[in-house]
This record gives sequence, C-alpha cells and structure tokens, in this order.
Amino acid sequence: MAQNGTSVSIQDLSLSFGVVTVLQTLNLDVAEGEFIVLLGPSGCGKSTLLNCIAGLLDVSEGSIFIKGKNVTWEEPKDRGIGMVFQSYALYPQMTVEKNLSFGLRVAGTPKDEIAKRIARAAEILQIEPLLQRKPAALSGGQRQRVAIGRALVRDVDVFLFDEPLSNLDAKLRAELRVEIKLLHRKLQNTMIYVTHDQIEAMTLADRIAVMKGGVIQQLDAPQTIYNRPVNRFVAGFLGSPAMNFIEGQAETGASAAFKTGTVSIPLDRYAFDAAGNSSGPCVFGIRPEHVALGEAANAMPFAIDAAVEIVEPMGSDTLVWTKLGGQNFSFRVEAEKTLRNGEPIRIGFDPARASLFDSQSGNRM
Amino acid sequence: MRKSWRHRFHLPAVIGTIPMILVALGVFVIGIGFSVLWSFTSSKLFPTYDFVGLAQYRRLWADNRWLVSVNNIWFFGLMSITCNMVFGYLLAVFMDQRIRQEDLFRSIFLYPFAMSLIVTGLVWQWALDPNLGLQEALRNWGWSSFSFAPLVSAETALYALVVAGIWQGSGVTMAILLAGLRGIDEDIWKAARVDGIPTWRTHVSIVAPMMKGAFATAFVLQCVGVVRVYDLVIAMTGGGPGIATSMPAVYVIQLITVRQNVGQGMAGATMMLLPVLIVLAFSGILLWRRTRRQEAGV
Repeated sequence: MAQNGTSVSIQDLSLSFGVVTVLQTLNLDVAEGEFIVLLGPSGCGKSTLLNCIAGLLDVSEGSIFIKGKNVTWEEPKDRGIGMVFQSYALYPQMTVEKNLSFGLRVAGTPKDEIAKRIARAAEILQIEPLLQRKPAALSGGQRQRVAIGRALVRDVDVFLFDEPLSNLDAKLRAELRVEIKLLHRKLQNTMIYVTHDQIEAMTLADRIAVMKGGVIQQLDAPQTIYNRPVNRFVAGFLGSPAMNFIEGQAETGASAAFKTGTVSIPLDRYAFDAAGNSSGPCVFGIRPEHVALGEAANAMPFAIDAAVEIVEPMGSDTLVWTKLGGQNFSFRVEAEKTLRNGEPIRIGFDPARASLFDSQSGNRM
Repeated sequence: MRKSWRHRFHLPAVIGTIPMILVALGVFVIGIGFSVLWSFTSSKLFPTYDFVGLAQYRRLWADNRWLVSVNNIWFFGLMSITCNMVFGYLLAVFMDQRIRQEDLFRSIFLYPFAMSLIVTGLVWQWALDPNLGLQEALRNWGWSSFSFAPLVSAETALYALVVAGIWQGSGVTMAILLAGLRGIDEDIWKAARVDGIPTWRTHVSIVAPMMKGAFATAFVLQCVGVVRVYDLVIAMTGGGPGIATSMPAVYVIQLITVRQNVGQGMAGATMMLLPVLIVLAFSGILLWRRTRRQEAGV
C-alpha cells in the first residue's frame, strides 16, 4: 500500500506495445503537494508514463495508486486527476465558459456549483474577460490558461501537465512558467509535469525524474541532479552548455588521480561513490561554469596552461573552447572578457565539483 | 503594363486552362442559357423561337407526372442523404478504431462508388428481380412461399432505389468523414475522457461539430448526386412501375426525346437548376461573410 502523505504511487509499472517495451518495472512515489517533473529526450517514455497515470493508456503490469486508492483500472474521470495538453485540446466550437463547464454539466453538477467553480478558476487564472470568447479568438498563452482552468474546475487532487508550454514562443514560455509556479504555490496540489526542456524542469520541480529508455535514471532535487548526476546520460542531458567529458584513467592509492595523456588531475578531494569502483578507464566530467580563468585558476586545487581555440560570445557570457589532454574542453567567462584565438591562458577547477563516470557502465564512480 | 499582364497570366497556365474554359463556357454557360431560353418557347420536336412566356411552366406544374417526380426526388434525396451521412459516419468511426485490414475494408466500402450507377442499378435490379434474384434463390432452396419483389410494387420501388443509393454512396461519405475524423487532434479525445464525457457525447458535441468541413463536402457531393439521379432509375426501374419512381431528370429526358416536347422539357430542366443556384448563392454568401469576418478579425 501507499505510504501516508503519498499522493501518487507507481509500483512496478510496465508497458509494452507488442515487442516494444516502453516502460520497464518503474517505481515512483510522489508526495502530497509535490511538483515532480518527468524530464527526458523524446521517446524516453515520459509522456507514456503520464498517460498511464491519467488512465488514458492501459498498463501491462504493475499498479498505480492515487491518494492510497488503487486506480490502475479506473476510468480517467474517476482518478481525481486533471490534465493539460501540449496542443491545449480546447473544444473549438464552445466558448471558454462552456469549455470549462462542459465536463461538469455532463456529470450533472448543480448549476450554482458550476458557476462558483468557474468564477474561482477564472479569478485564479485571470481569464474573466475571456469567458465568452471562443478558443480561436485567444492567444496561445490564453488558451493554455483556459486548458489549466479546465483541470482546475474539476477540483482534482493531481494535476498532470503534458509538455504544456512547448507550443509557445520563448518569451511567453518564460512568463507562463512563472505563472505555473505561482499556481502551484497557491493551490498546493500535487503536480506531475512532463517536459524535454531542462530549464522548465530546473525552475519548476521539487524533484526531477530524468528518464531514458522507459527507466527513471535519477530522481532527485534539481540541484542534486545538476551537481551529482548518477550517470553520464544524466550529466550530459542537463546543463547548457553541456558538461565537458574527458576520457582517461583513474588511479587509486595514496595519490588518487585521473590521468589523460600527460595531464594528471588529483582526485584526493573527489568524493567517490561508496558503491562504485574507483579505478580503471573512466570519463571525467566538469561543467563549463565551474572552470576558472587566470588569477582565479591558480587559486584552484588544479590548474593548467592551455590556449584559446574558439570564442563563442553568448550575450550574457562567453563560451571559450580549448584543449585539455588533447580533448575538447569548454568553459564560461564573463562577457566583458576579451580573448583572442591562440592566446595562452591558465585554467583551473576544483575536482570536488567534478563527476567521474565508469567508461563501461557510464555510472558515477 | 506588358510586364504586369505577363505576370498575372502565365502563358503555360493560360494554354493549360483554355480547354477547360471552353468547355465551361460552351457546355455550362451557353448550354444552360439555351435551356432557359427555350423553356420560354413553344418548341416541340425541334427548338423554335416562338416565345410563349411562362406557358410551359404552367403546363409543367399542372402535369401529375412532374409533381410525382418532384415528390420522389425529395423523398429519395432526404432519405438517401440522411442515411448516407449516418452510415458513412458510423463506418468512419468503425474504421477509425485502428482495426486490422483497414485498407481491405476501405476498398470494400468504396468499391460501389467506383462502379457506374448503371452497373449498380443493374446489379440491384437483378438481385431484386422476382424471377432472377433473391426471391427465386430462396424459393429454389425450398422456401417456396417466400415473397420479396420490391421493384414490381409501386409502393416499395422507391425504397429499393433509396437502398441502392445508400449502398452506392455511403462508402465515399465514409472516406471523406474518415479523413475528417483523422484530422481531429488526439488530445481532444484524451481531454474529453479526462473530463468524463461519454464517447457518444464526445462524438455528438465535440468531434462532429469540428468536422463541419468534411460534412459539408460530403453533403454537397450527395446533393449533386441526388439532383441529377438518372442512370440508377433507368437501370433499376425505368421510372416505373407506372410513374412511381420517376425523377425530374428522367422526366426531362423523356419529354425531350420520347415525347418530343423540348419547350416543356427545358422548363423542367430550368426548375432543376433553381435549387442548385439557391444553394450556390447561399454558400457564396456564407463564404463572403466568413472572409469579411476574418478580415475584420485581423
């Protein structure tokens, strides 16, 4: 049974279409009022998982509990969930008000109750002036707000979002992201949110579940996932610009170090995972923003001489490409810094902030 | 000046469309023009220019045969269009369940439409003929009292025509409506399920209204088929028994060819044109209003 305070509990869930396995014995517990983001590349099974929770797809094995009740074979409407879709999925020939009320009217909810719920949803989402309009007369952001309203009036325990912002332009996306965060704070509902956008995941989530191949790779708070990724896939998927990966060899002993070519990076400050091994061929990962330049580099536990290869100004800061142990290596500097191609520089970082992955399994060491 | 002319009328495009323009002008405009013109004359076997005003129309509407034809076409039209739409939609919903062998089923349903109406009519005539078809077959198998011969009775012959019309037309209606159904965003279905709306209610209140375009296309195609229904009647009943299944097109052709009364025939043809023109004008107005609203909206 689900534990106390657990809103959604997924146990040993599997789903396959014929010979294709989409979800593999997946377990996930979502706490009451928690904001969980399912993050992953397309085809990783995150939307499929959400559809299973919603009851729109029948599972092959396992069970789903919502508020302690086994809903594995319940109809979507009986699960206490509301869902918001990427394409908004508003009923085009109905006004906003009818869109919000249609499900309630079909269910036979009393009229004054419907009016009350619509008034509340419209106030929360600030769509009162739009109630008599049809979806075609609304902007993308307004449509998505109405779609959220349709979930809101159903008075549900759990909100499911299926890439709700992917159809909007970047500016609107940022605005609605903040609105969804405010909405969550106001309503305190459990929310499960599917996206492939790591910024949405980082900013919204209490916990992120990074998925790949129908399996949750890591389920943790955003900062933990960012700083201590459990494997190379998670490390590479989160972060833009992406983490630097350098192939080499880890050596244990009194002077534990990572060696690649002539470069040796001391690992005495690196916290090895208790479960993993600590030697052998591996990949050394360090994020571009954790690399220091010049004077600051010398203050770091590890510093080395390098030469600028390419400079990529990105507006807010600048990405500089160089070589470390003969392999591509990038780091971030302030936009004001002017660096010329070929200029000799000194770079440094703290190996405690790095991540080491086993070359073979890809797991954190 | 020259440049703008060439810009507007591409030479290959002009050459390509000239045959169609000639056909449209020659057959439709001139042909229809003469039909209307001769409907005001006393033309008998050959067209003359002896104008008699509305006399032919008065004689037309006094002719019982014409009145029966008009009644028949209303009945045939309403029944076959309604049933075609309903069956077509149900078939489309059935096909949309991602069934296996979908291509096979689609071919089966569309096959009647690929056949000429003459063939359809003959097939049904043979099947319903008391001495050749269903009745004879069942009697030969031993059910000697079996009686099923709808085409020989004035009361049932029209129903037989309607059934043949549905058999012929519901496949193409299905194809059009299926395309419309497939165009509906899958998320709409999901949203309706999450909202707890029953499937039939989703069809009636949400999906069907979203398929206005597909329904309009299917409806117009059906209407065109109904107004000019001729070959099906000729092949199945020849307008009989008596005049029980006469239709306006059958009536007009008989007046012109058999009864050598071109003037009155043309009056009938002009009357057939009238509802088409009304529908055209109506849809034209709708289109114009929609573009105006869109312009205002932008």
